[in-house]
Amino acid sequence: MTEPLLKARGLVKRYGRVTALDHADFDLMPGEILAVIGDNGAGKSSLIKAISGATTPDEGTITLEGREVRYASPLQAREAGIECVYQTLALSPALSITDNMFCGRELRKPGILGKWFGLLDQRAMEEFARQKLTELGLMTIQNINQAVETLSGGQRQGVAVARAAAFGSKVIILDEPTAALGVKESRKVLDLIRDVRSRGTPVVLISHNMPHVFELADRIHIHRLGRRLTVVKPGDVSMSDAVALMTGAMTPDAIHA
Amino acid sequence: MSDSPQPGGQDYERRLNESAAAVAEFEHTPRGFLGTVQHVLHANPTFVPVIVLVASIAVFGVIAGERFFSPFNLTLIMQQVSIIGILAAAQTLIILTAGIDLSVAAIMVLMSVISGKLAVTLGVPAPIALAVSFAGGIAAGYLNGWLVTKVKLPPFIATLGTWNVFFALNLWLSGAQSIRGSDIDEVAPLLKFFGNSFEIGSARLTFGTLLMVVIFVVLWYILNKTAWGRHVYMIGDDKEAAEMAGIRTDRTLRQVYMLAGFICALAAWASIGRVGSISPQSFYEGNLESITAVVIGGISLFGGRGSIMGALFGALIVGVFQSGLRLAGVDVLWQVFAIGWLIIIAVAIDQWIRKVSA
Repeated sequence: MTEPLLKARGLVKRYGRVTALDHADFDLMPGEILAVIGDNGAGKSSLIKAISGATTPDEGTITLEGREVRYASPLQAREAGIECVYQTLALSPALSITDNMFCGRELRKPGILGKWFGLLDQRAMEEFARQKLTELGLMTIQNINQAVETLSGGQRQGVAVARAAAFGSKVIILDEPTAALGVKESRKVLDLIRDVRSRGTPVVLISHNMPHVFELADRIHIHRLGRRLTVVKPGDVSMSDAVALMTGAMTPDAIHA
Repeated sequence: MSDSPQPGGQDYERRLNESAAAVAEFEHTPRGFLGTVQHVLHANPTFVPVIVLVASIAVFGVIAGERFFSPFNLTLIMQQVSIIGILAAAQTLIILTAGIDLSVAAIMVLMSVISGKLAVTLGVPAPIALAVSFAGGIAAGYLNGWLVTKVKLPPFIATLGTWNVFFALNLWLSGAQSIRGSDIDEVAPLLKFFGNSFEIGSARLTFGTLLMVVIFVVLWYILNKTAWGRHVYMIGDDKEAAEMAGIRTDRTLRQVYMLAGFICALAAWASIGRVGSISPQSFYEGNLESITAVVIGGISLFGGRGSIMGALFGALIVGVFQSGLRLAGVDVLWQVFAIGWLIIIAVAIDQWIRKVSA
């Protein structure tokens, strides 16, 4: 059996008297799309925050490629190859697509100009951004230097996903990528997620949209009351069973029975 | 329809490719002259101050005639705005991060007093006195940045506090006494370096004017051509997004305040040359004048938008108005009146441009 690429064991996170994570486990296999579903307040966000370095869990271990890791900030997690696309996308509206794609990891010109004067290699960055957007089928965008605020919701999501996928990341976490989008735009983003997987990068997909989850996911992690209740395969259970599991109307034993 | 996975789409999407490709569109009405202007200005926000600058020079050229239009007067205006211009450069950095710095002029005066006290009163070699004032400017900026990022004070409050603190320190250090120009000339002429000038025809340029221009060009380069500069814009645009996108926002913010403090210390050096002496009571309203220049220059007080060159043009517009009205024989109080309206109109135009639909 292959080892999980990203593994968490016994994660605990308390906020005062509220327990957000109660010995939660998590496994992400190489090259899969893993959906994480759960009712509101089940601790999905806390789980994702712990994995992506946004919070540090009180207890428990996280292992990436067999090595135990501990992140003090999202930046460290990102450097280790865990990219998170937040629901808010974290794009700067007034800045260009290129600026946004390279946010925090800009390319400098070679030689003295870049090294001593910090001159950015605008051409190379534009080239790279255009190439990445084309690879992901997003080149309906005409001008790589247009401000992000002039893009549609789906295009913005595309830019955010492209940014996460562009830099050789090991894991991409998508938080509700289709929640704010129309039917057509959702379709584009779903295709985009499949594209990312076909490049070998595993994806963690957090979504409330059951049809999207069942269409895309290889496995579904059901989160309930701060821990992993069970993991199911979309072919094995129905959407209504999944909803029943995540709301507590049904126990995992009933499925396996 | 079963719940099984549907590669290639959901049931409800089956007829998606039959759907109309038309995008909701308004009936295309020609934008008209005003609309076109609005669009052009939206794409190039620095156009407004440039147009206002050129127009005001033209208008005052007609009203005040030869005297206004002479190379001598035009370069005199540049001299007159050089100190506020340099402060406006520092102010722009802070305002681009969606902050505001009420302490810029106080830092400047404090640093001019420190360098004068050291060099003239205590006999410390001038280069060392200046180096201390630079370090002091950076430290003062760090204090502001620390209050904003670590203590989490709103920039307005943090710098309102430090403005008073720096002003009091400056009165204490100087004993509210000016240092006379003749004393500076005798002991440390280097302090008045930026008062030196050279002439091209009847145009007279001081080194202080050149320093202002150099500062603006260097900052323009940093803000537009380096990663750090892009981060400054991103932080001003949406700090949280910048943070999540992996920028160390608080560290960058502290660096912005430190750079602004350093520029204020440069302004301090230039101000000694410009004024000719060191007065602890000078430039008391310099902070507000620097904000005026930035605002007239079309830089958004909400951060993340505008070009630093706008602040230079803004400072020049103020100088052109003051000079033109004076030469036209208008009372000083009406100069103040005019600047007041200039600020209001500048921000109103900014709001109008912002309303443009992309």
